Amino acid sequence: MPSAKDDIITSTAAKKSIAEDLAKKQREISVTEFFEKNKHILGFDSRAKSLLMGIKEAVDNSLDACEEANILPDIYVRIDDLGEDEYRIIEEDNGPGIVHKMIPNVFGRLLFGSRFHALRQSRGQQGIGISATIMYGNITTGKAVHVKSMIEGDIARQMDIVIDTKTNRPVVSNDTAFIWEGKEHGTYIEYYIAGKYMNGKQSVYEYLKNTAIVNPHARITFVDPKGNTFVFERATDIMPIKSKEIKPHPEGMEIGQLQKYAQNTAQKNVKAFLTGDFSRITSRIADEVLEKSGVSEKTKPDKLTRDQCKDIIKALGTVKIMAPPTDCLSPIGDNLIKKGLMHVLDGMRPDYYAPPVTRPPKSVNGNPFVVEAGIVYGGDIPSDGPVQILRFANRVPLLYQPGACAITKAVSNLDWRRYGLEQRGGKGVPYGPAIILVHIASTKVPFTSEGKEAVADFEEIASELNLALRQCARNLKSHLNKNERKKKTRAKFEIVQEILPMIAQKSADFLDRPVPDLDMTISKIMNVIWVEPTVEKKKRSRDITYTVFNYTRDVRSMRIHTQVPKESVNLSLYSSLGFVEMNEDGKVTWELTDIEPSKHVDIKFELTGEMADTFSAGDVYVSGINPVMVMGADALPGDWGIKGMEIKTYESDLLVDEDDDAVEEVENLDDE
Amino acid sequence: MNENETKTVNNLSQIVESLYNQINVGDVPEMSLALRSKKNITFDSRHDVWTYGDLKTTRTLKNLNAAHMMLRTVYTVDFIKDQIEQQRSSTLREMYYISEGWGKAKFHSQDESNLLAEDLEVISKCMREDFKLRPEESGAHVYGNVTFRTMTKKGMKNIHCMDDVAETGFAVPYNVDNGESFQIAPTDAEFIVAIETGGMYARLIENGFCDKHNCILVHLSGQPARSTRRIIKRLNEEHKIPAIVFTDGDPWSFRIFASVAYGAIKTAHISDYLATPSAHFIGITPSDILNYDLPTDKLSDKDIGALHAELTDPRFKDEFWTNEIQAMLAMNKKSEQQALAKYGLDFVTDKYLPDKLSELGL
Repeated sequence: MPSAKDDIITSTAAKKSIAEDLAKKQREISVTEFFEKNKHILGFDSRAKSLLMGIKEAVDNSLDACEEANILPDIYVRIDDLGEDEYRIIEEDNGPGIVHKMIPNVFGRLLFGSRFHALRQSRGQQGIGISATIMYGNITTGKAVHVKSMIEGDIARQMDIVIDTKTNRPVVSNDTAFIWEGKEHGTYIEYYIAGKYMNGKQSVYEYLKNTAIVNPHARITFVDPKGNTFVFERATDIMPIKSKEIKPHPEGMEIGQLQKYAQNTAQKNVKAFLTGDFSRITSRIADEVLEKSGVSEKTKPDKLTRDQCKDIIKALGTVKIMAPPTDCLSPIGDNLIKKGLMHVLDGMRPDYYAPPVTRPPKSVNGNPFVVEAGIVYGGDIPSDGPVQILRFANRVPLLYQPGACAITKAVSNLDWRRYGLEQRGGKGVPYGPAIILVHIASTKVPFTSEGKEAVADFEEIASELNLALRQCARNLKSHLNKNERKKKTRAKFEIVQEILPMIAQKSADFLDRPVPDLDMTISKIMNVIWVEPTVEKKKRSRDITYTVFNYTRDVRSMRIHTQVPKESVNLSLYSSLGFVEMNEDGKVTWELTDIEPSKHVDIKFELTGEMADTFSAGDVYVSGINPVMVMGADALPGDWGIKGMEIKTYESDLLVDEDDDAVEEVENLDDE
Repeated sequence: MNENETKTVNNLSQIVESLYNQINVGDVPEMSLALRSKKNITFDSRHDVWTYGDLKTTRTLKNLNAAHMMLRTVYTVDFIKDQIEQQRSSTLREMYYISEGWGKAKFHSQDESNLLAEDLEVISKCMREDFKLRPEESGAHVYGNVTFRTMTKKGMKNIHCMDDVAETGFAVPYNVDNGESFQIAPTDAEFIVAIETGGMYARLIENGFCDKHNCILVHLSGQPARSTRRIIKRLNEEHKIPAIVFTDGDPWSFRIFASVAYGAIKTAHISDYLATPSAHFIGITPSDILNYDLPTDKLSDKDIGALHAELTDPRFKDEFWTNEIQAMLAMNKKSEQQALAKYGLDFVTDKYLPDKLSELGL
């Protein structure tokens, strides 16, 4: 749940429009009536969804509050089935807690404390607020919500709250101070709601699991109605970078918004209002706009008429204004996406986590946004169904309306057949053992409707989605190509490491002669440089070895390159064989000289710390040698390190197996 | 070890020695043997049969499948040598199971072990019987006017294939060449009928065909086993009894006839030992289907594929077969031997076969 501070800050344009409507309606209709009439837009259109909505609000608020207070979240969710479609929900966090006198308002007043003049990337913007769901529970069960909250160093408080539906005011009872054993800070709520607990794609479990993927810094415990406990452990201690607040950008602004801003501003005149309360409006632009709209710069903002506002909007559309600043966003980042995916999906033992892609920020309608995407492939992921698409907006899973969502559309519009997945006619959700993750972070994610379950299909967003997915898909393809080559290589290895020695041994025994030396034969069969990575997993570290075999007939020298997570490096890397350098991106170069034919050398080093497991040992490159001769490593691309680069794959005659098996032509001639 | 056994061991040992020597000088070991496909079937005019030609296939250790075959070759040769030295024998199926203990060299199916045994025959120019490997099942059955002198639990016995056997006939042993356990007594039988299906074989016995015509019936039981083909050849060549082949009228039956008369592709290296070049095909021919208006089935895609394959099979490259195959493709129909029952159970013995035999002058 939100802290007092958070709740005040957490406000969005989306809430505003509801708030406006509500402000008008509240005089005439009761909250109960309001819920009845607006169930669908508020997300209470089914009992299963009602149950999920409340939990989602509570968890999103807890995560936002923890983030704000720089606390690694530890969240507990419990659902008890009380029969007859009634459930008790408990949600507890270790957030900063809520100031005592604000508690009733936070939980007992619809759309309380919205502030209009700040935009930031937050989870809370996506819901209708915790108060609404609690109110819904209140109305459907008649039972009060029980809240406990504690601010660090303060005394814990608890109270029961019901909502007076006529006045939309909280009614508090049993407000007491108490000793909260073992708790330093945090908030606990317990409420009752009519709903339905379901399993499957749109379940509470799925929501929490997906939340864990994109919030690897959180620990989430869930007890389902049957009493099963699921713990999504924290995958990293690294907190997400706190998102910054920005002022609204004039692009795409509507007249109603401008009027609201004007009413609420502290600025004394309209010029100061324009330059001070919006991003990217310079004094020069403000002058130009005011001149074009014929509004005096001395006008008090709250005295602006509707027509004047209209003129200002019109004038804003004619001047050139810089795109909004983008440093306000906090994407998850490629490493942490991978980390989160690995952590939660490990049970499926995927073969491959494609390097996740984080696109540079762009903006749509004056709101900056970032698209991130990742693909997981293989292992126990079912291969006979459509791929699973995990959609996220501001680190919140989107479970409903996949078909209407720009993310699903972007996935469907890509021709995945080129990248190794099945897809009928090159359109639609592809088939295969893959999971695709897409995250959109924005100060204001554009949704298709107030239900906020599907991202709107704006051209700018579609284009970024397409670019991100394509990069992921290319990485996947290059992985699949590599697999194909590895298969061939494995065949040769089987020959030289197992079959040839067995033939030599057995024939030597048979003939009663010494076992011959195999080096020469092996070199002739392989005729390659072979780079073999091995990773030994230890509790807090990884021992990495690159073994480079010279299976050619000449002395060979080359450089080996890979990229390591910089924070995991220790001295063992600098002292590893042939180490040359590591740059600030963690790109490492080794130089190996004069490896004799039939000999091999080992590059050994250790990676420690929690990012060690994100290292992809298989992504290794060579230079200074004809890459056609090398198996197990790719040619160093010219633009090495630029993420999502297309790695050129070399097909060489050397690697093609001799097709000598014209022998056993299949004929249906079974004589015996 | 007798002379033949010594020769067998020597020939097999050379295969292993060649591999060893290649490795010893640092080469990638290779093994060459006759290409065992219809591309490499040529007519041996000395024996009037089809045998392997000069095309070779080379197995190199660079290829994983070939490498496995080479490894199995070494293990199999070692196994056979032991077997010969210890005067033991085993079935092909037993060898397949014994390979379980060979690690990477183990066979994954019995087809693999059977093929390898044949490969070794091809390379070593010895016979599977020399390797002391015998097939799981013996040949098929013989009924008619012939007496075999054969080994039983109570020593060598004379068995007449009508008087001394049940109506199923005499079961052909897997080795019909070992004079110590199997001999053929002189007979005045006038011809041999090799029959594809058990149903037709039983029909001819029940109808007393052998009593009326003084002949020998051999049940081929699908693609005939080596010993079945060998006994037909011995009866035909040593006892001068003409052989006719009576099969279903479908593409697969044509191949049964080919393996009896011309030599099978898989065993082309020993066609001169197994094939009976003078054997005649009497039917069911596509012309029979038309002339007798026999009940038919439509050709399946596989059937059509088989017919087209036969058109490029050198063994079928004569006027008779080209016409018959084209005719079958054109009518798009096939028929079974037992379809003759359309005209009653006696039709085949009273009308069909006598007509066919008189065409051949028998």
